Amino acid sequence: MYSFDFEKPSTVADAVAALGAEDAQALGGGQTLIPTLKQRLAAPSKLVSLSGIAEMQGVCVEDDGSLSIGGATTHATVAREAAATYPALAALAGQIGDPAVRNRGTIGGSVANNDPAACYPAGVLGSAATIVTNTRQIAADAFFEGMFTTALEEGEIITSIRFPVPQVASYQKFLQPASRFALVGVYLARFADGVRVTVTGASEDGVFRWSEAEEALNKEFRPDALMDLRINPANMIADLHGSKAYRAHLVSVMTKRAVEACM
Amino acid sequence: MKITMTVNGKAVSGDVEGRTLLSGFLREHLSLTGTHVGCDTAQCGACLVHVNGEAVKSCNMLAAEADGADVGTIEGQANADGSLNAIQQAFQDHHGLQCGFCTPGMVMSAAALLKENPRPTEAEIRKYLEGNLCRCTGYHNIVKAIMAASGQDVSSIAAE
Ligand SMILES: Cc1cc2nc3c(=O)[nH]c(=O)nc-3n(C[C@H](O)[C@H](O)[C@H](O)COP(=O)(O)OP(=O)(O)OC[C@H]3O[C@@H](n4cnc5c(N)ncnc54)[C@H](O)[C@@H]3O)c2cc1C
Ligand code: FES
Ligand code: FES
Repeated sequence: MYSFDFEKPSTVADAVAALGAEDAQALGGGQTLIPTLKQRLAAPSKLVSLSGIAEMQGVCVEDDGSLSIGGATTHATVAREAAATYPALAALAGQIGDPAVRNRGTIGGSVANNDPAACYPAGVLGSAATIVTNTRQIAADAFFEGMFTTALEEGEIITSIRFPVPQVASYQKFLQPASRFALVGVYLARFADGVRVTVTGASEDGVFRWSEAEEALNKEFRPDALMDLRINPANMIADLHGSKAYRAHLVSVMTKRAVEACM
Repeated sequence: MKITMTVNGKAVSGDVEGRTLLSGFLREHLSLTGTHVGCDTAQCGACLVHVNGEAVKSCNMLAAEADGADVGTIEGQANADGSLNAIQQAFQDHHGLQCGFCTPGMVMSAAALLKENPRPTEAEIRKYLEGNLCRCTGYHNIVKAIMAASGQDVSSIAAE
């Protein structure tokens, strides 16, 4: 790692101020950023830890029934504390990496990073969640802009994420056992006004909604409704773990499993 | 920057850089070399320690982030009289190690698991150890040792 300064503010306002310094960068759980720094792929002048900010911690249910999760809340905390209100999202958090990674990694860091194989982006987009930052609120549909790219501005902090709670939902992760990320993951959420199907791990453009599957399931909510649907493999990721065609096939299989889990 | 923390019940302090890792602080500043660095990329779990009671890969946490924390390492696992604790003894009794490189991380992971879940099933143990890699044992005897340490019958567990 290149050398950097370290600061640990206790309020969002102080963190925003500290991030105003040239080349300063936010530090969530460090589970992605520290390995990146070790490879010298980034050279921040200063890391601003978000882990000491009480207002960015924890899970709570809002008056309208939605679930609000602080941006610095760890995966382990979400797995534990969201289980009663939003079990599918808690289950997603409980499948990230391994216990030690879940004790450090945070929802804000995962969503800000938008790794094309990460789990949370599928849950956030699939739930039509709202990303709340220190300056504004961003709908999930407008937030994820492609692999490792989001609508966040320089120095903008995700302070919380608000999830409407669907009637039923399921996250189906096909594990890439070496990285522990998703080779392909599908998140399905059924709301009173329709179904959302999101896919992670598969596309060169990062997380996306599979609108054909949503339409088919809105007509008929059964696994068989997907029978004739195929996703175009052209934009899929190809690597040593799976070809484009393999990933495209997995998208169908995991979506069917998600429907079955919701029946 | 000066940091202070409790390690295995003792107050310690040191002067570190922003980039000093917790694993480096334990090994190089405090000479607690029981915490092993295997991969240095958060994959293998050899560096696993407890921070405020929670399992953490110390190669993937800055020492400065542990300022003020209560840290537990393998050196703090033995009983007060120096004898092996129940988990360590079970690893010895059930041949839960060969070269021993992964063992500090395995024992610390097992301790964190048993605190959360005092009588885990075999499947729960295997699942919990997903972030701890062992290149020698093939895991069966590690799982067996942890089952035994939790006071459960291990006669039905596969493969010696
Ligand atoms: C062994 C291993 C296995 C893993 N397996 C999985 C998996 O199965 N699924 C999965 O989804 N992920 C997985 N991860 C990644 C893990 O979930 C990370 O925790 C996550 O991607 C990044 O979160 P973090 O809090 O650690 O962020 P950091 O690493 O600290 O930061 C990541 C990026 O986000 C920025 N950032 C951090 N917090 C905020 C915030 N609140 N607002 C704005 N920007 C912020 C940082 O500046 C940085 O650019 C794994 C990681 C490891 C090491
Ligand atoms: S050395 Fe930390 S996980 Fe391998
Ligand atoms: S005993 Fe050698 S790596 Fe586990």
